[in-house]
Amino acid sequence: MLPATEEEAAAAIRAAHAAREPLAIEGNGTKRAMLRPVQAARTLSTRALSGITLYRPTELVISARAGTPLPEIEAALAAHNQQLIAEPPDPRPLFGGERPATLGGVVGANLSGPRRIAWGAMRDHVLGIRALTGTGEVFRSGGRVLKNVTGLDLCKLLTGAHGTLGVLTEITLKVLPRAETSGSLALRLPDIAAGVRALSAALGSPFGVSGAALLPAGFGALTGCVALVRVEDFAASVRYRLDRLTETLGGFGEVARLEEAASVALWRAVRDAEPLAAAPEEAVWRLSLPPSAAPAACAALGRAFGAKLLLDWGGGLVWVAGPASEAAHAAVMAAAGAGTFTLFRAPEALRAALPVLPEEAPALAAIGARVKAVLDPAGILNPGRMRR
Amino acid sequence: MIALPPPKAEILARRPAILADLARLLPADAVIGEPIRLRPYETDGLSAYRQMPLAVVLPRTTEEVAAVLRYCHANGIRVVPRGAGTSLSGGALPLADAVVIGLMRMNRILEVNLADRYAVVEAGVTNIGITKAVEAEGFFYAPDPSSQLACMIGGNVMMNSGGAHCLKYGVTANNLLGLTFVTIEGEVLRIGGTHLDAAGYDWLGLITGSEGQLGIVTEVTVRLLRAPEGARAMLAAFDSVEVAGRAVDAIIGSGIIPVALEFMDKPCIHACEAFAHAGYPLDAEAMLIIEVEGSLAEQDMQLGMIRDICARFAPISMKVAETAEESLAIWKGRKGAFGAVGRISPDYLCMDGTIPTGELPGVLKRIGEMSARYGLPVANVFHAGDGNLHPLIMFDANDPESFRKAEAFGAEILTLCVEVGGCLTGEHGVGVEKRDLMGVQFTARELELQRAIKSAFDPGWLLNTAKVFPLADEARRAA
Ligand SMILES: Cc1cc2nc3c(=O)[nH]c(=O)nc-3n(C[C@H](O)[C@H](O)[C@H](O)COP(=O)(O)OP(=O)(O)OC[C@H]3O[C@@H](n4cnc5c(N)ncnc54)[C@H](O)[C@@H]3O)c2cc1C
Ligand SMILES: Cc1cc2nc3c(=O)[nH]c(=O)nc-3n(C[C@H](O)[C@H](O)[C@H](O)COP(=O)(O)OP(=O)(O)OC[C@H]3O[C@@H](n4cnc5c(N)ncnc54)[C@H](O)[C@@H]3O)c2cc1C
Repeated sequence: MLPATEEEAAAAIRAAHAAREPLAIEGNGTKRAMLRPVQAARTLSTRALSGITLYRPTELVISARAGTPLPEIEAALAAHNQQLIAEPPDPRPLFGGERPATLGGVVGANLSGPRRIAWGAMRDHVLGIRALTGTGEVFRSGGRVLKNVTGLDLCKLLTGAHGTLGVLTEITLKVLPRAETSGSLALRLPDIAAGVRALSAALGSPFGVSGAALLPAGFGALTGCVALVRVEDFAASVRYRLDRLTETLGGFGEVARLEEAASVALWRAVRDAEPLAAAPEEAVWRLSLPPSAAPAACAALGRAFGAKLLLDWGGGLVWVAGPASEAAHAAVMAAAGAGTFTLFRAPEALRAALPVLPEEAPALAAIGARVKAVLDPAGILNPGRMRR
Repeated sequence: MIALPPPKAEILARRPAILADLARLLPADAVIGEPIRLRPYETDGLSAYRQMPLAVVLPRTTEEVAAVLRYCHANGIRVVPRGAGTSLSGGALPLADAVVIGLMRMNRILEVNLADRYAVVEAGVTNIGITKAVEAEGFFYAPDPSSQLACMIGGNVMMNSGGAHCLKYGVTANNLLGLTFVTIEGEVLRIGGTHLDAAGYDWLGLITGSEGQLGIVTEVTVRLLRAPEGARAMLAAFDSVEVAGRAVDAIIGSGIIPVALEFMDKPCIHACEAFAHAGYPLDAEAMLIIEVEGSLAEQDMQLGMIRDICARFAPISMKVAETAEESLAIWKGRKGAFGAVGRISPDYLCMDGTIPTGELPGVLKRIGEMSARYGLPVANVFHAGDGNLHPLIMFDANDPESFRKAEAFGAEILTLCVEVGGCLTGEHGVGVEKRDLMGVQFTARELELQRAIKSAFDPGWLLNTAKVFPLADEARRAA
């Protein structure tokens, strides 16, 4: 189903609710291979609900319908020298396909890129939503102003809920000016532990680092990696800050400088997890950890299945690629420890059989079930997508 | 006056037994029942409303909080969580048949990890206490409400508090990693952790700003940031509010995001100057305080750019701080704004709506007209970068008619904020104060949905009842 208006989408959901007929919810379906497969006879796509509905550059807000392709939003912002703050990844390198992500999909999955470490996640910039419940009723939360604490924050509840608590129809985001320029430092380090320490030193400096990643050299090998540190600001500030960071990081190894064009290209690749070089048949996981726990987790994954690795967010985000097997998944779950994991991409059979996210404590799961029953009483929205 | 629900008579009747039960659950010094010792808890930052509670408990551990909640849940007793009691919306106002659970004795810093840039603290640690614990190493906790010397992190989480620097650093919700959260049934839940971004539903995001409606927070894991090399402020004064508003738009539109961008109107400038002697221009209709961060050279560069922008709007004066001391002097008046207004008028109501910044001149003009109509003076101070207004309505609490007018004036301002595309509250919360205005911003079904989510956490509606949501029709009928 491809409703062209919110009212058509509502009617479709009302009919599905009345018939107790599950619906798969998607934008362009770019992340269909993410999380668990949905068992639904019909799919409701919001991609025809498209278009920017409000853009006020001086108020730092943009609103668009959920199906608006991300590149359209990025182009509109770029025309006013602004950008999406959380730097959401382009799903095409990892998931294949031609069509770009929609706004609804990126918000529904709460996907953020390298800048998350400094400027917040997608969920931090969702100012307002319009959405449909599983009974086809429209509701709003938040608004179009930068500060708003009126009532319960259902924007955050629906962001990252993967369409299981409601169908987003329109989203308002906070945006920011694009920095005048950017540049990066790169340095070779003997191992991931040294790499994370270098990134922590950079992030613990007063020099406004807006990207901190580790690219293990010779993927699979745990010896040798390249740390990348980015600064985005006015040109004079970028020069000054990179100079000072070169001093901060000097004790860790020889520091090379990347000018804007090279830096931009490299960070786009990190954003889209390209250095992970995941083969089509391999599974991909994302782990979120306190950075200092990352080296041990990476070592365990290296021993378990020679994992391919890419670290972002100062070491707090670990991208992992490896065999699409239950054994590899068990190793990832163990390595996540007190942090969290997402089975990001895998063949359908594996995703159907395994927990793609950590289990919740029973009391929290019970609250979750009650919240789900409020927003989707018949359980027709994306059943089974996040948990069995 | 906003109505509180009638107390449950059978709970009031059981008061002695309830106090005895609580004294068995907690150490003797943690339970308060004598009227004279209950008195300090009868109100919060919205002091026009007062209500003595049934009892106050001051637990020291998460287990003690859980024990009290389990008991209250089993016995159908209402509960009002309380931090420092600085809420300006009556969020911590007691109910006659409720046990106030005060978190102020849970004031330990449990862990500081600078390599991973987080701290785990108990809910009763003050906002400034977190920064104090890490500033020697050059770190800080970013959200900085003006009440930061007193207010507690648990209260900040529940109100999703902001501050003067949230234009750059975000509000409380943007600076949290995890919580220890106790449900009304007394279940202790870990929400989030020491890592970024939950896998699964964003419970952390839903609980933040929920005003004590969903459960009690006993521990908070906050993100720590490295402080910038330095910061400096400037002020720019204009002869009209509208021109100052255009200067704000021009600054934001230029690509500079100052760490703070504050606005004061003439009555506020005068009140602050009389109080703080900060050297504010008394002939100005509007004044901006703009702060930037970085090395000295970076500060100079950005202040220079902002000065050039302001110069295009014919300012009547500009002053750039040359030193940290001059910067403090510029801030001194602004930070004392509420106290300064309190000196002119013994009583004031602080409003907290947010508007799209483009609507600023029109909204300030309408507030001026309302002030004349109600016959009550108003001073405007607010966070200009994000459109969060704080009109301070001055009145005389000894005159019930004056208070009634002040409340009506405030409601009219907030309704106007919603009409122009904004909201009822940007950072102070709904509490009791704005509860009955919720229907201005939300449809009946939207409110019903929020209530149903509250019910998913608190089916018996024992947690902070009569706040946030308009009393349900059935409750009003019973009243
Ligand atoms: C002791 C007690 C005290 C209370 N005090 C107050 C009070 O002071 N103030 C107050 O405001 N309320 C109060 N309430 C709550 C109020 O009376 C209603 O119970 C509440 O508003 C409805 O929530 P519910 O969970 O009962 O849902 P129900 O009314 O049972 O809703 C029915 C079902 O409809 C669904 N639903 C609800 N809304 C939507 C929607 N928009 N879209 C789709 N589906 C929806 C849900 O799945 C829900 O299960 C109190 C309730 C109790 C029991
Ligand atoms: C002079 C002054 C200036 C202020 N400036 C600002 C400002 O700049 N920005 C801003 O955002 N606010 C400001 N405030 C408002 C107020 O300080 C904040 O709302 C603050 O976060 C409240 O913290 P508290 O510890 O006093 O909480 P309280 O007032 O005690 O409680 C606030 C709410 O949270 C609940 N609560 C408290 N602790 C818990 C807990 N542990 N678990 C569950 N629920 C809990 C209470 O029931 C209540 O609903 C100001 C207030 C004053 C008096």
